[in-house]
Amino acid sequence: MEQESKLFTVSVYTENNIGLLNRISAIFQRRHINIESINSSVSEIENVSKWTIVVYLAEAQMKKIIGQIEKQVEVIKAYYHTEEEIIYQESCIFKMKSDLLFDERQIQNIIKDSNARIVTVNKQFFVIEKSGRKEEIELLYRELSVFGIMQFTRSGRIAVSKEEMKISKLLAVFQ
Amino acid sequence: MDTKTIQKQLETQTKTERLTGSEAIVRCLLAEGIKTLYGYPGGAIMPLYDELYKYQDKIHHVLTRHEQGATHAAQGYARISGEVGVAIATSGPGATNLITGIADAQIDSTPLVCITGQVASHLLGSDAFQETDIVGISTPVTKWNHQITKASEIPEVMAKAFYIAKSGRPGPVLIDITKDAQFEEFDFSYQKCTAVRSYKAVPEVDETSLNAAADLINSAKKPLVVWGQGVILGKAEAEFKAFIEKAGIPSAWTIMGVSAIPTEHPLNVGMVGMHGNYAPNKLTNECDVLIAIGMRFDDRVTGNLATYAKQAKVIHFEIDPAEVDKNVKTDVAVLGDAKVNLAKILPLIQQKEHSIWRRAFDDLYAIEYEKVIKNDLHPTKEGLTMGEVLKEINKQSNGEAAIVSDVGQHQMVACRYANFKQTKSNITSGGLGTMGFGLPAAIGAKMAAPEREVVCICGDGGYQMTIQELGTIFQQKTAVKIVVLNNDFLGMVRQWQQLFFDKRYASTEMTNPDFVAIAKGYHLNARRVVKREDLAEAVQEMMESKEAYFLEVCVEKEDNVFPMIPTGASVSDIRLA
Repeated sequence: MEQESKLFTVSVYTENNIGLLNRISAIFQRRHINIESINSSVSEIENVSKWTIVVYLAEAQMKKIIGQIEKQVEVIKAYYHTEEEIIYQESCIFKMKSDLLFDERQIQNIIKDSNARIVTVNKQFFVIEKSGRKEEIELLYRELSVFGIMQFTRSGRIAVSKEEMKISKLLAVFQ
Repeated sequence: MDTKTIQKQLETQTKTERLTGSEAIVRCLLAEGIKTLYGYPGGAIMPLYDELYKYQDKIHHVLTRHEQGATHAAQGYARISGEVGVAIATSGPGATNLITGIADAQIDSTPLVCITGQVASHLLGSDAFQETDIVGISTPVTKWNHQITKASEIPEVMAKAFYIAKSGRPGPVLIDITKDAQFEEFDFSYQKCTAVRSYKAVPEVDETSLNAAADLINSAKKPLVVWGQGVILGKAEAEFKAFIEKAGIPSAWTIMGVSAIPTEHPLNVGMVGMHGNYAPNKLTNECDVLIAIGMRFDDRVTGNLATYAKQAKVIHFEIDPAEVDKNVKTDVAVLGDAKVNLAKILPLIQQKEHSIWRRAFDDLYAIEYEKVIKNDLHPTKEGLTMGEVLKEINKQSNGEAAIVSDVGQHQMVACRYANFKQTKSNITSGGLGTMGFGLPAAIGAKMAAPEREVVCICGDGGYQMTIQELGTIFQQKTAVKIVVLNNDFLGMVRQWQQLFFDKRYASTEMTNPDFVAIAKGYHLNARRVVKREDLAEAVQEMMESKEAYFLEVCVEKEDNVFPMIPTGASVSDIRLA
């Protein structure tokens, strides 16, 4: 029976080596799966990278892909989570014309109400930063787009799990 | 390299020496026990070849006629010996020519270390002459790969490469080394790698799953074992034999698993899969417990998954956790090394005979014999069959030969009818189905096991994909026996065209050259057989030859391989005609 696709967040702990992005993204590409977002950063463990990948697929396939990811030599451990199992955030920045700050007073209210903040202001433009859930960012985008956005960028999702990810003990033997 | 590894201090290798990167590579190979390697020189790998020249009394480099041949020869070497095969190529086209062999080794779990030269590090990314991103290209088909730009990285990376290639589920590793790193001098010392922190080669033994598996096996009325190459790779042949003999379970093999126990073993019920035997395919859908050992439920084995062994409880002995539940849902997964787990389960297993159940296999074998096997092995029609050639080879080699096959109809016939007495005797391209594999793989196999008779069975199509390796055979005086079963067709594709495309033989008919003349051009003994009465004598001449020998057998043009499970059909819908 075909399972329904849903959104999963994948956490992958890896060595920090050249080429691993290729190796991990190839696992999705080979199965014709689009990656919604991907982020790589340092983790809570020294010299261990953590990847956060968001994908939309059926759980049975998600499990198989976790197996394929963990099979990669430089992957230490991989987990997948549903939306309910994690705390997640995304970040975005808007670049807008500075004149708007003075001509369109409601922009200040929008920024305040949405818990965004102004990062910098100069004569030509100002920059707004906002962190939050995807829907909050999309709402802010809609509200600001009526005034004209010069540039917009949103980051991939970053997430922590509510449950413990038992990874440190896996590495203990090498410390 | 940031990856943390544990390296074993070797007593003989603790002092450091000032060496170039290229000499260090040779010393690493020697430290890993490599005595033979296959390759092809070129600009970016010349420093390494210069060292191989200096070390030629310690390490034998075999010049193949194409880099693909080097990988297949290294595969043949690995498959017959259980050791790591090594292939070397230059950058750019040399490196890309390795890819087919690497992909083949990946899907058939063959331990391989491939070393490629690369343009100097300051040229990386500049589209330099013969520059290609071989690390990027080989990523999806390697177990691991790495680029070295500094000589000082060589010992650790090479140690890791060999460890990864041969440990756990084996596979190919590619190491790309820039030309400047080959020239650079550094203080060399070598320690073997014994662990990589991000990599668990073998899952831990789980007593609970072993007990659960034993309970299922002990309560089974109609158990069936399907084993694969995992039994051979895990060197678990003795434990496997003891297990099936005690449990009295009829056992069928995948194409990669054959020869782990002798063909004539009473519990050996033949091959599963698309062109496998009638009984094990039919009875897959009647068994109550299916015990898969070191196999991965390839689609050519299972046919339609929706109707595959749905009535059975499935036990899966497997070293690679990613294989469990990948294709077939498992009731009990016994993760880990086959040798260890089969030894551990043996005392938990009750002695059984299952004689009534085993008779069901005999009954279906009798049907297959009447409808298929008899006509293949004892034909009454005029044209020669592939099967009778195999029968003759069996007879004259006394079942002691290692059979290296290419891909196609002849491969299925070879695997179905070859008589094996010892393990690691069937070398073929199973997962990737690489035409052109046979001839170079036979070279590697013969070099790794010179005391064994190595018979390469090819079709006229695949043979011509790597026919240039006759040059290697001639130069190296490799005493392989080459049999081309010539039907002037790409026979397997033609069979499908006949059965599923209304006999529209699109681009499958071959106008072939004089194969005997070509072999003689390479100064090989060669002979052609067109009549049945000449076959036995020709095979005898071939088997008695101390040198390489080429035998072309012109077989019936439009014979088909049966039984057959059409694509998408159930294993129990296997056709006999």
